[in-house]
Amino acid sequence: MKKIVSVMMGCYLATTLHAQENVYPAPQQSQTIAIVNATVHTGTGQVLPNSSIIIEKGKIVAIGGNAAAGAKVIDAKGKHVYPGIIAPDTELGLTEFESVRATNDFAEVGDINPSIRSIVSYNADSKVIGTLRSNGILLAGITPRGGLLSGSSSVVQLDAWNWEDAAYKSDNGIHFNMPRLMARSNPFGASASGPSNDAVKAAMTRIESVREFFREAKTYLETPQHSETNLKYEAVKGLFNKSQKLFIHCDLVKEMLVAMDIAKEFNFDVVIVGGTDAYLIADLLAKSNIPVILNQPHSLPVNQDDAVDQPYATAAQLQKAGVLFCIANEGFWQQRNLMFNAGTAGAYGLSKEEALSAITLNAAKILGIAAQTGSLEVGKDANIVISTGDILDMKSSVITNAFIQGREVSLDNKQSQLAERYKHKYNLQ
Amino acid sequence: MTAGFSFPGKSRQLPLRKRKGLPGISFYKHKTLYGVVGLLMAAMGAKAQATFPVNGVNAPREACYAFTHATIVKDGVSKLNDATLLIRDGKIVAAGNGVAIPKDAVVVDCNGKYIYPSFIDAYSDYGTTAASRQRNFNAAPQFISNAKGPYGWNQAIKSEFNVVQSFVVDDAKAKSYRDAGFGVVLTHQADGIARGTGAIVTLASDRENKVILKEKASAHYSFEKGSSTQDYPSSLMGSIALLRQSFLDAQWYKSNPAKEGVNLSLQAWNDNQPLLQIFEANDKWNALRADKIGDEFGVQYVIKAGGNEYQRIADMQATKATFILPVNYPAVMDVEDPNDARFVAVSELKHWELAPTEAGAFEKANIPFVLTAADLKDTKSFIANVRKAIQYGLSEQRAIDALTKAPATLLKVYDKVGSLDAGKLANFFIASGPVFNDGTVIYQNWVQGNKYVVNDDAWKDIRGTYTLQANNASYTVELKGSAASPSLTVIKGDTLTGKLDVSGQLVKLNVPLTKDNKQQLRLSGVMGDAGWAGNGVDENGKPVLWTLAFNKAFTPKADADKKKDTPVLGKLYFPFSGYGAETAPKQEDILIRNATVWTSEKDGKLENTDVLIKGGKIAQVGKNLAASSARVIDGTGKHLTAGIIDEHSHIAISRGVNEGTQSVTSEVRIADVLNPDDINIYRQLSGGVTTSHLLHGSANVIGGQTQLIKLRWGVNAEQLKFANWDPFIKFALGENVKQSNWGDRQTVRFPQTRMGVEQLLVDAFTRARDYEKQGANKRRDLELDALVEILNKKRFITCHSYVQSEINMLMKVADRFNFTVNTFTHILEGYKVADKMKTHGAGASTFADWWAYKMEVTDAIPQNASIMQRVGLTVAINSDDAEMARRLNQEAAKSVKYGSMNELDALNMVTINPAKLLHIADRTGSIKVGKDADVVLWSDHPLSIYAKAEKTIVDGTVYFDREQDLKLRDRIAKEKAALIQKALNEKKRGGPTQRAVPTIDVLWHCEDEERGHQKQLFDEHDVMETTASQSSH
Repeated sequence: MKKIVSVMMGCYLATTLHAQENVYPAPQQSQTIAIVNATVHTGTGQVLPNSSIIIEKGKIVAIGGNAAAGAKVIDAKGKHVYPGIIAPDTELGLTEFESVRATNDFAEVGDINPSIRSIVSYNADSKVIGTLRSNGILLAGITPRGGLLSGSSSVVQLDAWNWEDAAYKSDNGIHFNMPRLMARSNPFGASASGPSNDAVKAAMTRIESVREFFREAKTYLETPQHSETNLKYEAVKGLFNKSQKLFIHCDLVKEMLVAMDIAKEFNFDVVIVGGTDAYLIADLLAKSNIPVILNQPHSLPVNQDDAVDQPYATAAQLQKAGVLFCIANEGFWQQRNLMFNAGTAGAYGLSKEEALSAITLNAAKILGIAAQTGSLEVGKDANIVISTGDILDMKSSVITNAFIQGREVSLDNKQSQLAERYKHKYNLQ
Repeated sequence: MTAGFSFPGKSRQLPLRKRKGLPGISFYKHKTLYGVVGLLMAAMGAKAQATFPVNGVNAPREACYAFTHATIVKDGVSKLNDATLLIRDGKIVAAGNGVAIPKDAVVVDCNGKYIYPSFIDAYSDYGTTAASRQRNFNAAPQFISNAKGPYGWNQAIKSEFNVVQSFVVDDAKAKSYRDAGFGVVLTHQADGIARGTGAIVTLASDRENKVILKEKASAHYSFEKGSSTQDYPSSLMGSIALLRQSFLDAQWYKSNPAKEGVNLSLQAWNDNQPLLQIFEANDKWNALRADKIGDEFGVQYVIKAGGNEYQRIADMQATKATFILPVNYPAVMDVEDPNDARFVAVSELKHWELAPTEAGAFEKANIPFVLTAADLKDTKSFIANVRKAIQYGLSEQRAIDALTKAPATLLKVYDKVGSLDAGKLANFFIASGPVFNDGTVIYQNWVQGNKYVVNDDAWKDIRGTYTLQANNASYTVELKGSAASPSLTVIKGDTLTGKLDVSGQLVKLNVPLTKDNKQQLRLSGVMGDAGWAGNGVDENGKPVLWTLAFNKAFTPKADADKKKDTPVLGKLYFPFSGYGAETAPKQEDILIRNATVWTSEKDGKLENTDVLIKGGKIAQVGKNLAASSARVIDGTGKHLTAGIIDEHSHIAISRGVNEGTQSVTSEVRIADVLNPDDINIYRQLSGGVTTSHLLHGSANVIGGQTQLIKLRWGVNAEQLKFANWDPFIKFALGENVKQSNWGDRQTVRFPQTRMGVEQLLVDAFTRARDYEKQGANKRRDLELDALVEILNKKRFITCHSYVQSEINMLMKVADRFNFTVNTFTHILEGYKVADKMKTHGAGASTFADWWAYKMEVTDAIPQNASIMQRVGLTVAINSDDAEMARRLNQEAAKSVKYGSMNELDALNMVTINPAKLLHIADRTGSIKVGKDADVVLWSDHPLSIYAKAEKTIVDGTVYFDREQDLKLRDRIAKEKAALIQKALNEKKRGGPTQRAVPTIDVLWHCEDEERGHQKQLFDEHDVMETTASQSSH
């Protein structure tokens, strides 16, 4: 009987027109939930056929076993259950329309802005958020852009009234955009030998300015008393005490070598973000314990000679070498394709479960939230997605339910509402 | 030779600068002396010019010289030994054996030396001032020419410019040319698309009046607008359209149309037609583009090449053009750092390796050509580079011909220059041996009978064994090494190395007496025919007197003239890419057995089915088909679909997808600017794409004409084209065309609102309709021609559009002019007006899930395609993105997810539906007997994320094969390693190097704001320069 009610509720939600303004963040979990008869993909590499998950007070309390009396039962027969997908690196909530300047809040002026915090301008009402939630993305690393040190990112959960509620882990890392260490080609065909064209040298100078900043910050932080407070130095305290990671955005081998050197000099926890050419030094990255947030596989090869599917295959090469990596997607609205990027990596060498880990558990580890989420394990937050089929494949992945910390969140969004509106017009129901 | 002439007036004008701190005479006297010598040379052989007053005593002369005992290369073919060249008053009197030497001739003994006709360069900007470009990219647009006077509308059409009127003799530049053996050049101002006329001038340092051989010898063209500050054209296709329209306008102008008034640019265009027409193409594909425009208007251009034409020699041959070939080979890249070398493509390295084969390849293919020193950073390297061309396969005889008779004939001045025949100008140079032998030195280059010293120090070969007498001691001294700069050694028990400096007749010797060089004689003196003598200082600082007496001539090593080995070179691939093929892939008969066949026809999906391909067509679909001679491919467990058709693509286009400088540019054609080398053709084949509709961008309302291609990787531009298709044109609406996101300065161009867009369209079609009604003598307007074609349903529109208001608006405009909008592309709000579109008869080509990248896509939804499809529209999913085009099958699958579309319908959105939209559904887009064999064999369900295209077949030819692809990767790795080794060796040898520069393939998108889906590894800056004001989604 309960089951029927819940199914009917679902129908009601799907067919009734709400303005997005009336898509409410879900209230705290009050009732035990049991997802039963499911194929459970734990995110740790395991697949548990015909299994169940019991959720209480926002946490996973059991995997396998029967629902206790009074629990809300969700029959997931024929369905697949996954950990909530994590978008590790995005401007979600910091912009609404790329080309409309008034909506852009992701890049501050200046080169050294470690005290800038993305979380404070995260717009929990962005219309984009609903379109990610409905694809199973439940957490996101909100990252400021621009300059050299662009500020701190925070991890948010995607069903909240405001940024404070959304904050899942605040200020988890500082972001350093490393200047490109590549000679420039001259589009006008003139000589590439002139000193004025030495982009690499100029980039090294800029990198050095960041290292200088860290050196000064270190001595500042080691000194107990200051007559004047330097907010920028104070903002990187977490890097030195390792409560924060330094996310270095870079792609080329030379850049990654410099990033590793920075990690050594300052004894920081460094994460490489981008890592397009990481496959060329995968063994070194593994040996140095440097994790990578990998550029989206749906990218073109860097050079015309590269294997046509190199970006598809990079993830598998990192996996093979033992690098801890997760897969990213560019942009904000584009995050809804994150799982398909993982799927492509799955087609080109990763196992499906490894591909899943690359957008769940590995992302949680790299963002520093693995103790709470990233996998379906007892004790972790109940961040869970139920799909009709393989979530990595667009032809089969319709999301039917999603839970953030045990709260069943709405899968409705502006776009499905618009679709309903015009289906109504054309009588297509 | 130099005695007894007056100084020309000019010498007095030389500034006698006095340097501070240098007392008195020494410095400026010295300077003056050089000036005088230089001008003396210039004055020699010249009679005073009649109209110019003489300041001083007139000294008319008829310099007569006889060069005797020389080896005379008269014209590249005939070589005379022990011959005499006789010149008088700047002209050749005779050249041959047994020439009588007149009494007044100054005799110059040229025993052992070679005399050649001075070279002729048919491509130069000698004596012109480079027009500088002062375009400000932040400035407001400039719609018409800034040129003052009764000229044409476009600043890049400068037919009225005649270089002869501003030509100025440039001594320094003339010298650099003469030093390389040149005596005559064709010069022009290399600025603009139509550049006006060129003049033939000698390289004598004389008055301009006397060096000009032909005032107007040629008319020059290019695709570069040069110093023009006008916006139009901003793209290559715009340049081509402008040339085409200029031809038509000039034709029309012949009838003196009152409407036009006087237009000197068009007048000159017509006047210049009888001249030699030279086109600076500078690239293999541009060469074909130039030739094609010439063909359209009955002009055979002479084509100035850029150095990569050897990569398409058969295509070059087909132009039937004469080519002007530069010899500026790329310097080797410094690829020592593997992290830098990683970004240098094999094609780049290979071009470095093969560039010197260019001239030889032209010779072998029997294509007429001449050589030029143009494009060389330093003209000094000219001869060395020709030698390299010879080493790489050019015959020596042809090299000489390409610098003498061939250019003289081409420029129609063979009666004056180009050989050493009586009556021609005394333009010749004297060299130490065959000019293209290593070590040969040019001593003198005579132009119009004026002697110019190139390297006279070596004139006399002083090498040999001598006896040095210094005070009372006697030493054996050997002068050896090269004739141009001999070295000195002393035989004194050991062989001690000293030093010799020769400056004219003055010599300076440094003679070591001990091995450790602690004791040496420092000698100074004069070398004379009767022996050398002078003074000096010995090891103890005491003065010495010395003489040097000749004993025995130096005999060079016998193998000095030995030919260098022909270098071992890599293979040419088509296209010139790591993924190219040595020979074009061939059409095959193929039987695909036992596959799941997605027909995209009524019969849907057929399990365990065979498909037979024969003669490029689908011959049979069924079970258990007989293979006969066909190659059998096992399709068990695999899926076969029709090839993917991308309705909206910007790949394989050279230099700009937008001619966004005007709101209406229906005259420009993507067909003119195809780039068959684009690696994205191959990459998209790897994603199952077989046909792409290449569109103009969306920067303006009425954009350019589009081009449909099949992805035949390796063929040329013409062969890429989809034959006999209905032509299309790109239109665009909304933010891009009203320049919403172009910055604050771009607020001038009409329209700036959607209201204005409508009026622009109405106006354009109204003009087109009126134009069509005009009589036979109307000015043919290529812009309006294309619009008339639309009105007459002979050209079809694919229109970039987003919001419902504008979609509705365009349909109403079309209704008013009685035509149908064929396709709305992007059409992200199509779901809002799908019923209206259906009534109108328009189709839709959309993105699966894009939104939020700009204001006008705020209501875009991923259910769009499925709603439109359910309303009954023909719906396609397109890419507009080189990366996404590789995954269009997956983009189509998103409608299964978001819109519950059935799988067959979803696949049809990238096969038969775009074929319908493009009017090619009778030819391709489904698996049906009789259709083109454009099919893809997938490893998995074709809508699945896990599906890989294993084989992509176009017209029965396998253009992508995943197994073959692995072999190509291997080949690339090996070739790259070998080329890098070669480059490292070259660097070690000390040749000039350049920094390793990453090979960047420019990607085009519809617009600036959304730079596509791949993270650009290259700084925006790099790409911005070439895409400035390009725009497209």
